[in-house]
Amino acid sequence: MRRLSGKGRGALEVKFVPDEEVLKHIADDAGIKLRKDKAQPAVSVKRFVKKLENISDDEAQEILEEKDYVAALGICAQDPVGNGSSVSGGEVYSFKSPKRSSRLAELASELAQTPGQSVAPDHSKCPDKTAKTPQSSQRSSRVQQRNKKKEFVSTTPYRLRKRLADPYLESESEYSASCSEEEDEEDQKEDNTVLSGQKTPAKTKAASTPPPGNTLAKKNKENKMSNLVEEYFEAHSSSKVLTSDRTLQKLRRRRLSQQTLHDLLKKAPLAYAAEIKELNQLHESLFSKWMLQLHLGFNIVLYGLGSKRDLLEKFRTSLLQDSVHLVINGYFPSITVRSILNSITEEVLDHIGTFRSPLDQLDFIIERFKEDSSLELYVLIHNLDSQMLRGERSQQILAQLSSLPSIYLIASVDHINAPLMWDQAKLSLYNWLWYETTTFSPYVEETSYENSLLVQQSGSLALSSLTHVLRSLTLNARGIFRLLARYQLENKDNPSYPGLSFQDFYQQCREAFLVNSDLTLRAQLTEFRDHKLIRTKRGADGVEYLLIPVDDSTLTDFLEKEDEDV
Amino acid sequence: MSTCSVSKGCFVFKPSPKKRRVSQKTAIHFGEGENDSEDRELRFDTCQSLWNQIKLETEQIQEDLNKQLLDNLVSFLRRSHSDFQEKKTEWTCRMKSREIPTAALVLGVNVTDHDLTFRNLSEALRNNITPYIALLEAKDCPGVKNLMQKLMGQLMNCSTDVVSLEDEDSVQVSQNRIRCSMNSLIDWYKSVTKKTDSETLSKKRTSSSRHQQSPPVVVIFKDMESFTTKVLQDFIVISSQHIRELPLVLIFGIATSPMIIHSLLPHSVSSLLCIELFQSLSCKEHLSTVIDKLLLTSRFPFKLGEKVLQVLINIFLYHDFSVWNFIKGFQLCIVEHFYSQPLSVLCCQRADAKKRVNSLSHDQCENIRRLPSFRRYVERQEAEKQIALLTADNFLKETTQKLLEDLHVYHENYVSVLRCLHVFTCSLPKYPLGKQIRELHCACLENQVWETEDYESFLQLARMLNKSDLETMLQQCVEILVSSSGNEFDKAIGKLKEFLTQFHKLEAEAFQEQDVSVSSQKELQKKTDLYHLQKTLLELKDSRRSKKLTKFEMLRFEVVDYIDSLVRNYLVPADHKTLHEIVYFNTASVLRGHLNAAPRIALHTALNNPYSYLKNEALKSDGGSISNKAPDICIVYKLHLECGRLINLVDWLEAFSTVVTAVEGPNADAASSDQVDDIIHARFIRAVSELELLGFIKPSKQKTDHVARLTWGGC
Repeated sequence: MRRLSGKGRGALEVKFVPDEEVLKHIADDAGIKLRKDKAQPAVSVKRFVKKLENISDDEAQEILEEKDYVAALGICAQDPVGNGSSVSGGEVYSFKSPKRSSRLAELASELAQTPGQSVAPDHSKCPDKTAKTPQSSQRSSRVQQRNKKKEFVSTTPYRLRKRLADPYLESESEYSASCSEEEDEEDQKEDNTVLSGQKTPAKTKAASTPPPGNTLAKKNKENKMSNLVEEYFEAHSSSKVLTSDRTLQKLRRRRLSQQTLHDLLKKAPLAYAAEIKELNQLHESLFSKWMLQLHLGFNIVLYGLGSKRDLLEKFRTSLLQDSVHLVINGYFPSITVRSILNSITEEVLDHIGTFRSPLDQLDFIIERFKEDSSLELYVLIHNLDSQMLRGERSQQILAQLSSLPSIYLIASVDHINAPLMWDQAKLSLYNWLWYETTTFSPYVEETSYENSLLVQQSGSLALSSLTHVLRSLTLNARGIFRLLARYQLENKDNPSYPGLSFQDFYQQCREAFLVNSDLTLRAQLTEFRDHKLIRTKRGADGVEYLLIPVDDSTLTDFLEKEDEDV
Repeated sequence: MSTCSVSKGCFVFKPSPKKRRVSQKTAIHFGEGENDSEDRELRFDTCQSLWNQIKLETEQIQEDLNKQLLDNLVSFLRRSHSDFQEKKTEWTCRMKSREIPTAALVLGVNVTDHDLTFRNLSEALRNNITPYIALLEAKDCPGVKNLMQKLMGQLMNCSTDVVSLEDEDSVQVSQNRIRCSMNSLIDWYKSVTKKTDSETLSKKRTSSSRHQQSPPVVVIFKDMESFTTKVLQDFIVISSQHIRELPLVLIFGIATSPMIIHSLLPHSVSSLLCIELFQSLSCKEHLSTVIDKLLLTSRFPFKLGEKVLQVLINIFLYHDFSVWNFIKGFQLCIVEHFYSQPLSVLCCQRADAKKRVNSLSHDQCENIRRLPSFRRYVERQEAEKQIALLTADNFLKETTQKLLEDLHVYHENYVSVLRCLHVFTCSLPKYPLGKQIRELHCACLENQVWETEDYESFLQLARMLNKSDLETMLQQCVEILVSSSGNEFDKAIGKLKEFLTQFHKLEAEAFQEQDVSVSSQKELQKKTDLYHLQKTLLELKDSRRSKKLTKFEMLRFEVVDYIDSLVRNYLVPADHKTLHEIVYFNTASVLRGHLNAAPRIALHTALNNPYSYLKNEALKSDGGSISNKAPDICIVYKLHLECGRLINLVDWLEAFSTVVTAVEGPNADAASSDQVDDIIHARFIRAVSELELLGFIKPSKQKTDHVARLTWGGC
């Protein structure tokens, strides 16, 4: 990451400075002073730290060498395979760097142009070094640059763009006058490049992008090297979003239903299946160790990239068949702690009755497990860090459950910030042992629920629920809804469309003989509202406006379908 | 039964009662199965018994350390309501001001360790002061009502201990029925005390004499800082109204500083409290004691390697200050060691080890031969002996016994000499080898301590010690060596004692010399002439430079040299010892991975450098760059890193498809490309939703078809 973004930023680089370096920096100054009070000069940072400790009060001596600690952390990345690369904190948690809109495209083509190979780290640096090489190489690299730009910034149909994307079919002639202007700019930039010498072509590319980058380019011309601070804040503070305005709606195949998605993915072969299998086998060899550690009072949490569901399922089917166990799908959108506790009390403990609060229920469970020492329960939680379970209260209850000696918890977490859920108290209740189980398997189940997916397919379920609810209503009610939908579609091009005001709506319904009094209409609307079919909003003038909170395309589909039915 | 469902998130699996194992034996999961089962079970038993011993020891340590604190608290509680018992006037005047006696218990930031302290405390109170104790936690008490409910529940339950069993039902019922108010609490208290009063009178104060006549009601707030101020204030104000009828005592468990009471409670409320401060032992001292009792002793055969100890101490110092977690880590070390090292079966008490060596199987003998330290040992032997060691099991067993014995002796000596060295280092200025004995221990385990620079400076400083310090240190060393169980130190003790007598002799001699020096000084005073003064001073300086060392200095050098020789003899790092693998646990990386994991770094590595997990040549790349054949999610991740706060999905998709189609080659025909596009699209959707699950992006409403980035920089 450092290298890549560094390339993009050219001279502007925000660098993470680890503590030890800061310390070293200070040590250079302070070391001189310290020399006086000790015969031997301060030879190393380590030594200096020691001295600091002694000078300050007793507490300070507890500080171990920062350096050692950082080094110790670095080794953390070692995975059981023993092939882990040590990543220092600086690389992972670096500052956010200013990004340009075209970088995405550039990187993509960079990756695409080196088939079967990795991107050479100094691939982009080459032209930089040979800034004075014959014009031809300069030329060609410029062609490439323009290529990339062309590919992504233009709004030509996808097909054409795709053809353009193929670098081997390129010819200079395809570039029309639209590019010439930029070319001038680029030539200017080139001069700059030769002058400054430190600039990378990536920067040049970035600077020469049209509209959004234009202001940027000007600025760059004025003071290209400095203004690091300004650019940093620009990247952060500007409310202006420097991305293109294209939307998925303009694409031909913009939405896929859950089913087609599933089918399509089935067709696509899973990459690196053999390696993934190997990884899984490695993890599976730890099963008996997990059992041992669970029995010794630890709980186990799995982390790492890739779905750990299959792994846990395997663990369950191979080792837990003969014992009582509870599987919890944390990623299930309507899972609650209550339902977890209920399944323990009702199904595991065979208790009939209700509880006033989850805390009471928890007390009951704890009591029961303490009374009966033969009672044992394995709890498997897929995605302990899911939206529904990550709350403080749920975690507290789960932690208390897991602290029972005869409840064995094994869970998986995926979110990068998952460990933030737990404070010291919860951590000590959970008594985790961390296991890195990177599987690289796709999160099929975890992302299968509608709400976990992005915009791509939110339409299909909404449509089916619309028709479903509408079918159970009276003919008049359906008419009312259709009326509203039609009105909304008529106004779909009006960006400030507030909705249909109640009075107008009532008028229209009356005219269509759908209602006879505003009371019946209101009753009907209440029903719609209960099913979340409509939303009401009070405008600035206090008038009630009605809206269908469904996007236009779905609504069109719905109306078409309705018309077919009728 | 499958665990996928669109309507359910919890699945309970209950095997039929016939199939259900009554209680699984934990030992089944022990060992990898390559060794014979008998050995495995033995190892497990050894492990368990060792852990149980250590657990008992740690609990004992905690109890001992808390003893002082508990005694103070108990006496405070006795005092606090002695007036109430005797119904003195003094009490009534105090009560006019409605002050509740309160103990502020400063326990330190290691909140997770407090549970044990509170358990000990309530036990001690129950035994000595009162049966009426309520332990309250902030998470149970969001409001005063809940607090009262909890309080009464706990009090009325515990009263059943005193009230005979037949009343239990009535108490249980009444708990539900009685409205939770201070009045009902007082009624309850009156009835209970009356009962005990009459009981004690009838029994003529035989049984329950350990409690006072009207024992106070103790309410412990475990985590005072987390209570909402309103709840605390209300409770204090209400109970202060009733303090005359109910001898209430509050105990606040405080993690930060006693000032928190005043910042949490306004003056009007805090003035209702009569606070006395109690300070518990700091967790650092606790840790030192634990290390002292668990690691720097030859009682337990199991030892921690340097790296491992460093990891545990780092977790303690940098993360939680929790001694309890330290002990948990220690437990994990024990389990890991016994699990992964088949020879750990010999990691037991001396007598057992001998027996076990004799009954070792051939495989285990081979295991011994495979140990690196043993190989080094063999290489040092003569050729004949080498062959015998490598071929004859019996000879090997004999040697192993001897070596184990050696190892044991080494430990005994090591600890004593380490303590002696610590006596010296801990009083030197700037603590060249660390102030705590654990630092010294780590330094000695790490490598040959006498080769380090710190040790050099230690020797230099030690050579400058004054006499009285040196004498007291020697005295301490003698005590340590005398009390040590090793019997090799007779000579050393003799030598040290000899040094001491020599020092005493010196003292006598110095007494005589003093006269001379005084006279010379007088001479100096006589001559006030500047020239002469300068001259004499120069002479003095010259003489001092060229002067032979005084007797004391000679002796001091001797002492330091002797200590140095002791160190070189006995503080050899453990991994230079043969068979150290049997008792030392050294795989720090495992421990760190389990206790101090870095999930973000793991994710980062997997996404940036999939080759480190998937060993496929196509993924191999140099440096931080990524191959374009990487798994979809890696490519999508890599692309998203180049975006700012918002990412346009269309651009992203296009960039992705460019990369992917380039990999698949330009051979995609126009006919099938449609389908290919669909598949790429689907793969993109999957990768994006996976990134969303991982928390890198989230849908954004700011702009259509955009997602927002959630991470900074590289991760």
